[in-house]
Amino acid sequence: MDARVSDPAAFVMEPTDQGSRLLARGDWVIANLGLVDDDLRALEGLAGRELLIDFSGVSRLDTAGAFVLHRTLRDVENARASSGFENASPAFQILLDEVAANDHPCDEEPAERNSLLMMLDRIGETVEHSYQQAKSIMNLCGQVVVNLGQTVVSPRRLRVTSLFHHMEQAGLDAVPIISLLTFLIGAVVAYLGASILRTFGAEIFTVELVAFAVLRELGVLLTAIIVAGRSGSAFTAQIGSMKVNEEIDAMQTLGLDPVEVLVVPRILAFVIMVPILTFIGDVMGLFGGILIAWVQLDISPGMFLIRMNEFIPINNFWAGMIKAPFFAFIIALIGCHEGLKVEGSAESVGQRTTLSVVQSIFIVIFLNALFAMFYIEVDF
Amino acid sequence: MVQRQGDVVISVEGLRTQFGSHVVHDHLDLEVYRGEVIGVVGASGTGKSVLLRTIVGLNSQKAGNIRVFGKDTALMSADERASMERRWGVQFQDGALFSSLSVLQNIETPMREQFPLSDMLMRELAEIKISMVGLGSDAAPKFPYELSGGMRKRAGLARALALDPEIVFLDEPTAGLDPIGAAAYDELIKRLQQTLGLTVFMVTHDLDSLHAICDRIAVLADKRVIVIGTMEDMLASTHPWVRAYFHGPRGRMVTHEI
Repeated sequence: MDARVSDPAAFVMEPTDQGSRLLARGDWVIANLGLVDDDLRALEGLAGRELLIDFSGVSRLDTAGAFVLHRTLRDVENARASSGFENASPAFQILLDEVAANDHPCDEEPAERNSLLMMLDRIGETVEHSYQQAKSIMNLCGQVVVNLGQTVVSPRRLRVTSLFHHMEQAGLDAVPIISLLTFLIGAVVAYLGASILRTFGAEIFTVELVAFAVLRELGVLLTAIIVAGRSGSAFTAQIGSMKVNEEIDAMQTLGLDPVEVLVVPRILAFVIMVPILTFIGDVMGLFGGILIAWVQLDISPGMFLIRMNEFIPINNFWAGMIKAPFFAFIIALIGCHEGLKVEGSAESVGQRTTLSVVQSIFIVIFLNALFAMFYIEVDF
Repeated sequence: MVQRQGDVVISVEGLRTQFGSHVVHDHLDLEVYRGEVIGVVGASGTGKSVLLRTIVGLNSQKAGNIRVFGKDTALMSADERASMERRWGVQFQDGALFSSLSVLQNIETPMREQFPLSDMLMRELAEIKISMVGLGSDAAPKFPYELSGGMRKRAGLARALALDPEIVFLDEPTAGLDPIGAAAYDELIKRLQQTLGLTVFMVTHDLDSLHAICDRIAVLADKRVIVIGTMEDMLASTHPWVRAYFHGPRGRMVTHEI
């Protein structure tokens, strides 16, 4: 009873007066069928004759074995009425009846269409989807603005506990990673400056390079990207799993507005914390630059700071900082929006989380480019 | 149905399972005979599903032995384990179908992974299984999210039966079905059990199922099996929980019908 590998399934054909007899023997179970299936299919040539299938040598049979033998008999075209099974034990007969009763071909999967059409189809779908997506983000944005307005009028509506919770999670807890990464990037920019500018004998300009790059772009951009990957995605996952769990629906039936309860505190927390994180990022980036300038170029930290103070106007710092709340708002908005869009299964949470990170990083970099053009135009 | 006492396919002895310091089972003994339908009942949180998961190896036990077909599951090599897994099928509560595959592909998966069968044969066998569990032919190309709860359960059962197992484990097979659907599902399990000669181990809450298809019932309470036997044994039991369960308003309704 133990082994499923025991006796392989096999058969021999034996001529009879009217046609032939298939003598099956061995274990006709699913594990053994790979070997005999092709041979059985090759029996089509028996059309118009009699086929008897003899079970006297079969020691075990399962539905798969019963099916292939049933199919063999079925596929003999115009078989004589005398065809059939012989010597099948009652237990085997039950299985044969079962497969005969359930032998219905299933619907095919829909055939693939013309690939060009499919490509156009997908392009159209994507365009339509992007349009709908933009519309629904703007819709949520509007709700948030209205909610924020109401909060200003009656501050008691603000969920203070939730706000501080998210400020801690998305802000305070991100300080170590943001410090480390901006420090490393500041150092790398200084290295670049050192190695390239030295060939011109202009290594002192490393100071300007580092300060410009970190203050205007890198500090805020890195912070935004890290925060999007770290907390924007968490927002989607949190709200998404609440959606799957029908918690959002429960809130609505209790007269709570999910935007007010879930979205506004997260967005506010981001708008408050991301500028602070950006400031920390700026400081650490400069620190990295100062360290490399000191080690590689013998520019002492004192000199670095004096030169920076002299040649880098303060508006460069503000040019970076102004962007921070905008990035914060858009990342949190996209994170929450994708979370609210989750439907059905846990798989959807994963998809939406990925989408949320991709979208928010894309928008942040795109917005950053717009800011750069704007600053050039207004000469900031 | 053949019920030869002594032909034990699953035997659990002195089982102890725990999560952290929370002990779920302690000194739990249970025997399942070949060809029977055994229903495991118990209050919520008594570890019915945990017992099922422990027997099929999804949880590890802290102490005790579990023998399936006479072999200790804890001492099996990976190969033995794999061949053991081919001899049982598990239907999870909500089907646990692979969401990226169609129903047909879900049923083909175990065949594809275990045996060298041609694509055409796998498809034919999967079609038989779809029809056997009472799904319509239009269900085959559908994806799990397109199916209703009852259909997902049936598809999950079809996948559990894909390799013609000897034991089938069912986790709350009728939970979430309407009474008519649940009765039809009970019928299906009974019919399949008889035609395929299955041993069925099912965890359930459904008194109707217990009446309709279970040969024996095991009651889990106080971390072990407190009573095991036929419906008559249950009704005769004096244990307070068993009395409350089988003589409560819902229990009475069912028992009075027969």
